[in-house]
Amino acid sequence: MDPILLSRLQFGLTTIYHWLFVPLTLGMGWYVAFFQTRYYQTKDETWRKMAKFWGKLFLINFAIGVVTGIVQEFQFGMNWSEYSRYVGDIFGAPLAVEALMAFFLESTFLGIWIFGEGRISDKAHLASIWLAAIGSNLSALWILLANGFMQAPPANSFVYNEANGRLELVNFFALIGNPKGWIFFWHTISDGVAMAAFLILAVSAYHIARKQNLDFFKRSFNIAAVSGLIAGVLIFLGGHTMGQYMAEVQPMKLAALEAIWETEQPASFSVLTIGDLSGKKEVWSLRIPYAMSFLACNNFTCEVKGVNELQAQYEQEFGPGDYIPLMVVTYWTFRIMMAFGLAMIAITAYFVWANMRGDITTAKWMKWAPWILVLPYLANASGWILTEMGRQPWIVYGLLKVEDAVSPNLTNVDLLISLIGYTAVYGSLAVSMVYLMKKYAIAGPDAAMHESVDVAPAIVGSQD
Amino acid sequence: MSYESLQIIWFILIAVLWIGFFFLEGFDFGVGMLLPFLGKKDEERRAIINSIGSVWDGNEVWLLTAGGATFAAFPEWYATMFSGFYLALFLLLVGLIIRGISFEYRSKDAAPAWRNRFDWMIAIGSFMAALLLGAAFANLARGVPINADKMFTGNLFTLLNPYGLLGGLTTVAIFLLHGANFLGLKLEGELRERVNTFAKKLWIGATVLYIAFGIYTYIAGFWARGFIDPGIAPIAAVAALLGAGYFINQKMEGWAFIMVALNIVLTQVTFFSMTFPNVMLSTTNPAYSLTIYNASSSQYTLGVMSIVALIFVPIVLAYQGWTYYMFRQRISTDKKTLVY
Repeated sequence: MDPILLSRLQFGLTTIYHWLFVPLTLGMGWYVAFFQTRYYQTKDETWRKMAKFWGKLFLINFAIGVVTGIVQEFQFGMNWSEYSRYVGDIFGAPLAVEALMAFFLESTFLGIWIFGEGRISDKAHLASIWLAAIGSNLSALWILLANGFMQAPPANSFVYNEANGRLELVNFFALIGNPKGWIFFWHTISDGVAMAAFLILAVSAYHIARKQNLDFFKRSFNIAAVSGLIAGVLIFLGGHTMGQYMAEVQPMKLAALEAIWETEQPASFSVLTIGDLSGKKEVWSLRIPYAMSFLACNNFTCEVKGVNELQAQYEQEFGPGDYIPLMVVTYWTFRIMMAFGLAMIAITAYFVWANMRGDITTAKWMKWAPWILVLPYLANASGWILTEMGRQPWIVYGLLKVEDAVSPNLTNVDLLISLIGYTAVYGSLAVSMVYLMKKYAIAGPDAAMHESVDVAPAIVGSQD
Repeated sequence: MSYESLQIIWFILIAVLWIGFFFLEGFDFGVGMLLPFLGKKDEERRAIINSIGSVWDGNEVWLLTAGGATFAAFPEWYATMFSGFYLALFLLLVGLIIRGISFEYRSKDAAPAWRNRFDWMIAIGSFMAALLLGAAFANLARGVPINADKMFTGNLFTLLNPYGLLGGLTTVAIFLLHGANFLGLKLEGELRERVNTFAKKLWIGATVLYIAFGIYTYIAGFWARGFIDPGIAPIAAVAALLGAGYFINQKMEGWAFIMVALNIVLTQVTFFSMTFPNVMLSTTNPAYSLTIYNASSSQYTLGVMSIVALIFVPIVLAYQGWTYYMFRQRISTDKKTLVY
């Protein structure tokens, strides 16, 4: 087996897994902070229960994000040592800032929030959940600025040092002002809010359909529907901006996710394209004229470069090689992400409209509504696969290839042990996590007021 | 500031991060390992977990920060060490994962089998982490095979030499003692009595291992191969450990805790001063060693990171200190007061 492939598999697996939990952490923190703020202002007990109940689901999810996050920070050095040597001067900085500025804030104040109720003043307790939410979203900013450098390194931020063969930082502000990172951040934090909104909607729908705790869950549902809709639109605008910026800095990725083989002016948008088995040649396609030009540059007639022309251009610039990402992956993940993201907007818009029109508690669709939860999860995973696979074969766009970045000392045995080990550990974590999430989500707000709920009467144990 | 002084400052800063991590997470690991042995009843185990519940995650961030700071300030060190210690770090990560998740999940279900499983995951994860970190640092003191391309040429078994293993076990023993002393300060009633009795036995084991490890270090000549003679630091570390024994017997919990904490800090001070200016000593050829000069980032990056550290480190210290102050009271086994 190929050690590069094993390292890539492992990075993909651990990153996608980590990313299943992080958006919910990012978004749910804001909701819990908001509910608690409303309680602080109104002393209405339902708000307090909302903060507690959604806070409980937040914590069950948060724990997995934290423990899998350590792996993320370590594996740059463990599996990608040559990458770490080549860009450590630049890439290490945002990671260190992330730990200093965000991880400490998030973990310390979340600990205070969990343990502080009744021990510290209500004001300090409220502040702690806001600081924890700010901390986790700040960590997203720094890691996305780091990722932004891999996707679109700002030309004025670094120089190549021939003496030691690595890139060196010359302008920190160019690094942290990278538009790519900030567009990512916009796309990602609004995605976090939408993810949390969909969890709230799904769980609330489950209870509303069973006519349980109606005041509590209707209130949750309405807030999540409105905020989810706003977040959905923001995600879309962020994604659209990203597409246009991609046309500038990663034209190959754009062409690959759109399956544009030949340069077109004006460019058409592919609704459905079928490629040959290699995924690198078009067999049949259905297209909307002018639409792609609009998506790439807000203008119906601009030129969008095709994969073949870009390949030829890159060969001239960087030497022989295959510069085309695996198109079957980029093309389809983009479509899944788009379709599910648009469906999320449509669904939340419908919820808002239905709620304005009348009583939603009797709606027939309510019992099916919990299934909407699969949408954000699949959209999130697709989006992340797209962004990382779309940068192939580069690890740092235009500067370093993935195949030159891997740790040369690792053997297949090393890699198989860790790959199988992570898969087993992560798999069993997911089983426990889903079990607890389901249990607490179904048990409802009263159970969330205690640490442990015994919802299965067959289980013998202490009731506390 | 000159390039060299920035390199020295970052070496010191990373040493401080590791010292902070060993001091803070050291008792967390100890508490975790003691959990299934010290807590007989469920509420006792919950009290033990609650004693570190509000702080363990913040303490672990010291490790993440040490990792991130090493990446930013000494990328070659980060790259060589993390890829070289691959399987050891993988096991360390597994240990940290299974224990971290268990704190949060353990009491969220009432089934005794569920709770027991997570209790053991806390204990085993803490043990793995303490053992591997100790072994890793012992190997850094001993030196590891590194070639002219700054690449580690050994494997997991290279690290499992007698010195590395002894270093790992000594770390486990010291952390157990540190955890017991911490619990002596945080628990009350019968549980507090029990942990104080535990501490006496743990002290004997820790002291024997620590002194054996010290003698090994000295005889094998791993001693002071850098520029700095650690001076009285190692002697003071031994004295602090012996002092801890006295205070444990006198039931002076606060002093016992401070003494073991001092031992941990001084041991790390000794380690970093006998290493300097090397960060990874090569046993293949001393000329291939990674040093603060050939492993560091550029002057510009070190400068920028110094400003960042100057702003954020004091803020972090302030609010983390405040947390400990806020949750300074003892933990009872009364279910109404338990959180986790």
